[in-house]
Amino acid sequence: MSREELIADTFVELADTLVAEFDAIDFLHILVERTVALLDADAGGIMLADERGGLEVLAASSHEVQLVELFELQQDEGPCLDAFHTGQPVTRENPAAMRESWPAFTPRLEAAGFSSAQAVPMRLRDEVIGALNVFRIAPGALSASDMKLARALADVATVGLLQERSIRARDLVAEQLQGALNSRILIEQAKGVLAERTGLDVDQAFTVIRTHARHRGITLPTVAAEVISGRIRL
Amino acid sequence: MSTARVADILAALVEAGPASSWPERLVEECRQATEMTGVGLALMSTGGAAGILAATSGHAQQMEDLQFALGEGPCVEASRLGRPVLCSDLALHGDARWPAFSPEAQRAGVAAAFTFPLQVGSIGLGVLDLYRDSRGPLTAPQVTEAVAFADASVAVLLHLQGDGPATSRGNGRYPSGTDLGILGQGEGGPVPEWAGLVDRRAVVHQAAGMISVQLDVDVAEALLRLRARAYALDRPMADVAADVVARRLRFDNSEEGATELPGPPDPDGSRREEPWR
Repeated sequence: MSREELIADTFVELADTLVAEFDAIDFLHILVERTVALLDADAGGIMLADERGGLEVLAASSHEVQLVELFELQQDEGPCLDAFHTGQPVTRENPAAMRESWPAFTPRLEAAGFSSAQAVPMRLRDEVIGALNVFRIAPGALSASDMKLARALADVATVGLLQERSIRARDLVAEQLQGALNSRILIEQAKGVLAERTGLDVDQAFTVIRTHARHRGITLPTVAAEVISGRIRL
Repeated sequence: MSTARVADILAALVEAGPASSWPERLVEECRQATEMTGVGLALMSTGGAAGILAATSGHAQQMEDLQFALGEGPCVEASRLGRPVLCSDLALHGDARWPAFSPEAQRAGVAAAFTFPLQVGSIGLGVLDLYRDSRGPLTAPQVTEAVAFADASVAVLLHLQGDGPATSRGNGRYPSGTDLGILGQGEGGPVPEWAGLVDRRAVVHQAAGMISVQLDVDVAEALLRLRARAYALDRPMADVAADVVARRLRFDNSEEGATELPGPPDPDGSRREEPWR
């Protein structure tokens, strides 16, 4: 598939949230995977504002423990938090610039092998609901056109997430987000169950769960619940 | 993070009375904090409603009974969907959604209903139901408070479950009445250990999944065992969970409760310091 086809395909997929089996967690995973695939980035993640007053990681391009932690740490400082608070894109092209902004977070980011970070806010009109964040192994910023694409992806995804117009946006954000957070925990539990049953690492377990979900055309939380209940053994 | 708010709510409950009094007190505190007419706390099982644990005045008991009798309503839906159901205007949005419940609720004087599921991934415990005699959405601070009370409810329900005979063998260290010990130190101190029950960090829930297989118990009990272990070791739950996920610690049914393994060394010793928390 050419890059243009992949871009077109991604927008169609992100706009297609009116299906009955729409699942916010699956949707966010598609967004982050496509973002990393389309942009010149090596890893990515999405954090959304939680009613508890912080940002929560909802999806990451890989479930390696180290990467997930890089998002969890951003409850205190980092590109997602800055993009969320300012409503503006955030770019730090090299470790020195990152250290200046995020003295505690940057060493962990470097230890994980990344040298630059960028984030774009996820917003609908004047409401910022979270941020889409990518990391690069090499120093340097995304190109202007890649940055534009990142913003477009974030915008389309935000609209998709909040598509039910009949309900006030705030109610819907709270409903969707709390539901997605619970789905995420469900998936973490399933990763643990599968890892223990098979001897895989938890990130490998996630890959197995995701592959199975795609193969059968069902949602990640559905597969996760089946793994935990023992209805399916992968 | 407002883990601090949850800890405050729990600390106030513990200070006020024995564990048996917590559910009633919790719904009343929640009602006042969110300025609702009534608040109910109901247990839900996969088969549906399983029992009303506590209800304030102001329609709550009646609304819970009604939903249980009809088998429909925001609590049934929230429980099934695993996400909150916020209906700020029953007259406008409720009748189509719940044709039996909504008109009855309005006849009783309820205009808006907001339900928060009490779930930790696959662990479904119940729902926290908020009712109001006037319509209109929750304000952002009200949602924040309601979520904090829902988190506190999760901790209370899991804790009460942990005290039951089914799970007490693993953590018999908590005779009723000594609950202050679990809470750790009060304000300014470390995050109370049972706030770990509502920790949303990935590693805690991965570990719970692994422990559930190691012990052949459900994930809820696995989470309680993890907490008991962390308490016994005087270490944060996330820390012990990281050992489980790295396969440095394995739970078993021995006297000791778990076995330390000569697994791979912690590749990142700095994790222990948690300078951000």
